[in-house]
Amino acid sequence: MSEALATRPAEDSFGLFRRLRGWLGNPWGRPRFLVLVAWGYVVWSIAPVVIAIQFSFNDSRSLSVWHGFTTKWYTSTDPNIDSVFHSAELRGALAQSMKLAGLDVLIATPIGLFLALGLARWRGRGSGASNFLMLFPLVTPEIVMGVSLLLLFSHLLTIVPFGTIAQVLGHVTFSISYVVVILRGRLFSIGRSYEEAAADLGAAPATALSRVLLPLLLPAIVASAAIVFAISIDDFVISQWLSSGANSTTVPMEIYAATRATPQPSTDGIATVIMVITLLSVVAGVLVYRFFTRGESGRGSAVNDVAGFGI
Amino acid sequence: MYPRWLWPLSALPGVVWLLVLFLLPFYAVVCVAFGSVDPILLTAQPAWNPSQWNAGWVNHVLQLLAPGNIYWDVFIRTCEYVILSLAGCIVVGYPVAYYIARHASRTKSLLLILLVLPFWISYLMRMLAWINLLSPGGYGLRFLSDTGISSLLYHAGVISDPSNYLGGESFTVILALIYGYIPYFILPLYASLDRIDRSHLEAARDLGASPFRAFWHVTLPLSKTGLLGGAVLITLPMFGDYYTPNIVSGAPSTSMIGNQIDLYFHGGPQPTIGAAITILLSAFLMILMGYYMWTIHRASREVPV
Repeated sequence: MSEALATRPAEDSFGLFRRLRGWLGNPWGRPRFLVLVAWGYVVWSIAPVVIAIQFSFNDSRSLSVWHGFTTKWYTSTDPNIDSVFHSAELRGALAQSMKLAGLDVLIATPIGLFLALGLARWRGRGSGASNFLMLFPLVTPEIVMGVSLLLLFSHLLTIVPFGTIAQVLGHVTFSISYVVVILRGRLFSIGRSYEEAAADLGAAPATALSRVLLPLLLPAIVASAAIVFAISIDDFVISQWLSSGANSTTVPMEIYAATRATPQPSTDGIATVIMVITLLSVVAGVLVYRFFTRGESGRGSAVNDVAGFGI
Repeated sequence: MYPRWLWPLSALPGVVWLLVLFLLPFYAVVCVAFGSVDPILLTAQPAWNPSQWNAGWVNHVLQLLAPGNIYWDVFIRTCEYVILSLAGCIVVGYPVAYYIARHASRTKSLLLILLVLPFWISYLMRMLAWINLLSPGGYGLRFLSDTGISSLLYHAGVISDPSNYLGGESFTVILALIYGYIPYFILPLYASLDRIDRSHLEAARDLGASPFRAFWHVTLPLSKTGLLGGAVLITLPMFGDYYTPNIVSGAPSTSMIGNQIDLYFHGGPQPTIGAAITILLSAFLMILMGYYMWTIHRASREVPV
């Protein structure tokens, strides 16, 4: 009895040793090495952001040493604290980001919808060149677009003032292509048979478009609106190059300016607020998309939806 | 069933928008770069008529880009940063994408959501997060020194000050570039790995290939499109990046081409030189842009109409 008790720890550690040897000896046999890399990557990609969120609740000006929990960086009305909801500067940045994203969705989604319809079905002179033109903004580095729009508005289209109007024009320019790519994919997967069936049953072209094609496209329209909203809110370069100063500062510009001077917990706070808004808009987009495409077989799996939302 | 003029008309607003706000601005950059500079006010005077273009400023920048001159170092540094970051993305990203596409079964949906999550978190916030981690006393800094990684990097000559990662270290800039761009690399790679038909692999194994040979001769070639697509997708914006080095370093010793363009517009206003660098950068990237547009175009054709 006592002997058995005495040998057990040794056995255990021997078993552990054998298991460890099995683990390391043939890490490629089963993908244990890959499990570590994959989960390690996921933690590495998310943890810094979680820590940034944590420090937006720090009871001190420090961004790196924890001094206890407070919500003062969000709600304080103390004039010495630039809180997210009461500092004129941060509130202004939040309002500007939301305004740009809202206007971008309202303008880019319809233009992109009509462009996607046109490019998917127009077979004639100019269609190839237009397709090419539509793809270009997707591959152009943002700084090149920023420089070119800046020079356009300062030398050619001088009637456009820098600030909100120039920023909206810039945001719509890079958003249109995303809308087109998403909607065109959906258009191809719908095909033409539904509209042809409607026409055979006596529907006029306008009826076939509004009563058949548009409802079928609706989920993709919602998805592209959510994506346009998110990329517009995240945009830094175009907003910065086309801004007119303090009154057209967006949240990413505010974060950039803070990191180059002295970032405070409220900088983490405003980043957190804008992240929550973006995630809510994307989740809403996914839910609406899933609601409209429920019951569709095959490619409508949740996994593909999620992957598709990342483009 | 629809009138023939309907679809061109439908495309018209978008095409006009892109002509006026995408193509015309590009022409403006060319005209500024090939224009002249007002001798007194030092403002740019664009030459709108191609017959009046003067290549003086572009030549001036080209000379500064020659080996031994000031932009040569910046250009080489930019290439180094981009290549090292790309290599880092491949080394980390390929196993992750491979695992999620091939082996994750129960956890696949969760992993995919976590993979896509960084897309919806502002790039600037993800950079700010590293300021939190690497500031004095920050979790990241403590982790690096407690595990001995800091002293290892210091003795290997990778970093010059193990207590201050944010004071102009190339290492930090490359780390930040990898962290910033890797999500955009993994997703297209995952998509192409996920599409590989498993029967190809089974055939390779049945015919006697070792797992490694099967990977090398079947999986890797079949994932080439996603690998190249992801690589080009992140290489293009990295070449135009200026905010990442500015946020995590800010020192002239880590300045990239994008920083030079930024400086000529936002620092000392010399838009003519800035425009000339922009033109040369675009010309340099044209091959990559062409390749990427061709792959998107081809992918959209593969979908059955």
